[in-house]
Amino acid sequence: MTIVCILLITAGIFFFFAGAVGVIRFPDFYSRLHPAGMIDSMGLLLSMSGLALYVLSHGGLTGANILTAIKIILIVIFVYITSPTATHAIVDAGIRAGLAPWTKKIKEKSDDDPH
Amino acid sequence: MIRKKTPSQPQAERSESGNGSRLVPFVVTFAVMMTTWVALSGKLDVFHLSLGVLSCLIVSFISSDLLITATSFKGMAGLWFRFIIYMPWLIKEIVLANIHLLKLVFHPRLHEKINPQLIEFRSRMKDEMGLVTFANSITLTPGTITVSLSVYGDYVVHAIDDASAEPLPGEMETRIATVFGETHG
Repeated sequence: MTIVCILLITAGIFFFFAGAVGVIRFPDFYSRLHPAGMIDSMGLLLSMSGLALYVLSHGGLTGANILTAIKIILIVIFVYITSPTATHAIVDAGIRAGLAPWTKKIKEKSDDDPH
Repeated sequence: MIRKKTPSQPQAERSESGNGSRLVPFVVTFAVMMTTWVALSGKLDVFHLSLGVLSCLIVSFISSDLLITATSFKGMAGLWFRFIIYMPWLIKEIVLANIHLLKLVFHPRLHEKINPQLIEFRSRMKDEMGLVTFANSITLTPGTITVSLSVYGDYVVHAIDDASAEPLPGEMETRIATVFGETHG
């Protein structure tokens, strides 16, 4: 069971890493939000379920441990409600401010800027 | 947000008590708050429970008409049931799309693979909650973000590449329409 927990948490951390890499590599404001908002939520889901499983398998199925697991699952649920909402708000703000999305035809040289 | 009017409301529900339409959301809000309180505090002694009852009463008194806008609870149970059935499919889609986006992130020729685009389409759903659920489901699925949504069901979606943009609205809309009791192919 410990191995399953370690695998889950490692996969979650890998997703977080991929999200960070994606934020750096994608070309513009809008496409950067995809890895920032989505891959991070996935990483959170994986690592938090790993933690909940760890609590349950190592502490035994006592009431306090089940409560802790429920709290950990609540974190995931709240993030999955708020994350798309926040992402949508950011995109909407960008569109309202008039920032045009990066498209393939423009091909600006500033795309290689790593920041 | 425009509150939905339900003119076909049965009279029996209204007349069961003088302000029944306000009492029901209050009780539901209080129950939800209290469950959250007990789950988060984990202490069942009189002191902590009475604190919880007090603060939940205050919160649900102030915000019961914000949390629950529906005046009718008919069909709510079936809706939640169908929504819970919809959840595993959504999670499967999220995982698949995540792996797709993960491949994109580590692709050496990233700028050739992606093709960011804004796509527009109109949904045939009428239910507001269904439209919002659909918008949030689109945003949750990696590769697509809902940019804007109008009351009439006009969506503008930012998609990261062609593979993410292609399946919209498609199967997800059909499934959400089924959840909210609107069946149209």
